[in-house]
Amino acid sequence: MIRADAGGGGTERRVALVDLLDRVLAGGVVISGDIKLAIADVDLVQISLRALVSSITGLYRPLDSAPRDAQEEPPGHD
Amino acid sequence: MTADLAVWLYVVAPRRDGAVELGTLTGVAGEPLRTVVSGDLAAVVGSVPLDVFGEQPLRRNFEDLDWLEATARAHDAVVSAMVSRGSALPLRLATVFHDDNRVRELLDERHADFDAVLKLVSGRTEWGVKAYGDRAALTAAVAEARSADEVSNLSQGAAYLARRRAQLSAQQSVEREAAERAEEIHTRLVRQAAAGRRQPLTDPAVSGRRDWMVLNGTYLVDDDHTDEFATAVTTLGTEFPGIRLELTGPWPPYSFAGVTREPT
Repeated sequence: MIRADAGGGGTERRVALVDLLDRVLAGGVVISGDIKLAIADVDLVQISLRALVSSITGLYRPLDSAPRDAQEEPPGHD
Repeated sequence: MTADLAVWLYVVAPRRDGAVELGTLTGVAGEPLRTVVSGDLAAVVGSVPLDVFGEQPLRRNFEDLDWLEATARAHDAVVSAMVSRGSALPLRLATVFHDDNRVRELLDERHADFDAVLKLVSGRTEWGVKAYGDRAALTAAVAEARSADEVSNLSQGAAYLARRRAQLSAQQSVEREAAERAEEIHTRLVRQAAAGRRQPLTDPAVSGRRDWMVLNGTYLVDDDHTDEFATAVTTLGTEFPGIRLELTGPWPPYSFAGVTREPT
């Protein structure tokens, strides 16, 4: 069983972080209206996912030159 | 309260007899926690500095992945601690109010909603199940299943051709097969749960993981049914060759705390 806050580095940790962000940014009780001051709205989710993607692109540059697995072709359009 | 502080919400919970035990828990700004109470509901909150957690600073800080990660983990730590002490509804990350009075207004205005969702999550825990497809194994499994019927009464040569045909057609339709299996896995997991929903699949660009995700499900499971649910996940994993299942949790009921219902 994998707990989201499990330590460790690399991909596992990132996957756990994505799991956590999926839930804390897209789940939870949502409050709308003037009553609040600020809230994680769709904009904020997009901002943070952009941050995540750009950080991973930086971290994982070496993978780009790795040989691609033949099984990972993009899906066809049938 | 000074003008440069705002109120960050972690959870809404039933007001318990006696003081809520907050212990040495601290929040996203390292702040001590407290409760704001109205009627039979209590919100666990912390006072956070506006220059970091106001709307504009938040937008900027959310761009910083390290900051976002630390904040998400701190928020989740408080939510998890509160959920471990009894039913509690997690608030979405970065729900910030001007002051305690607005929090009380919220508890009053949404009382019926909170009450209903607290009943739903009471005695239940969220578990995540992700399914990953192995394209080669899945193609083989689909071809095997298809040719098994056809070849039983055929000569050797015809059987080979039938098998080969099944293989080629399996490659073409493996996406559809994977989707059907994911749907069936989800349906069967929902039967083991009080509620379940399919989340958007994680983009490999975001996870940094190249596996082919076919299902990103999350389920609200009765606490006295946890073992059966875990067993169901294991069983489904062996039943569907070419699909690997991964169970994550326990989670606070993030995905079921929203008051809006999915269309049925």
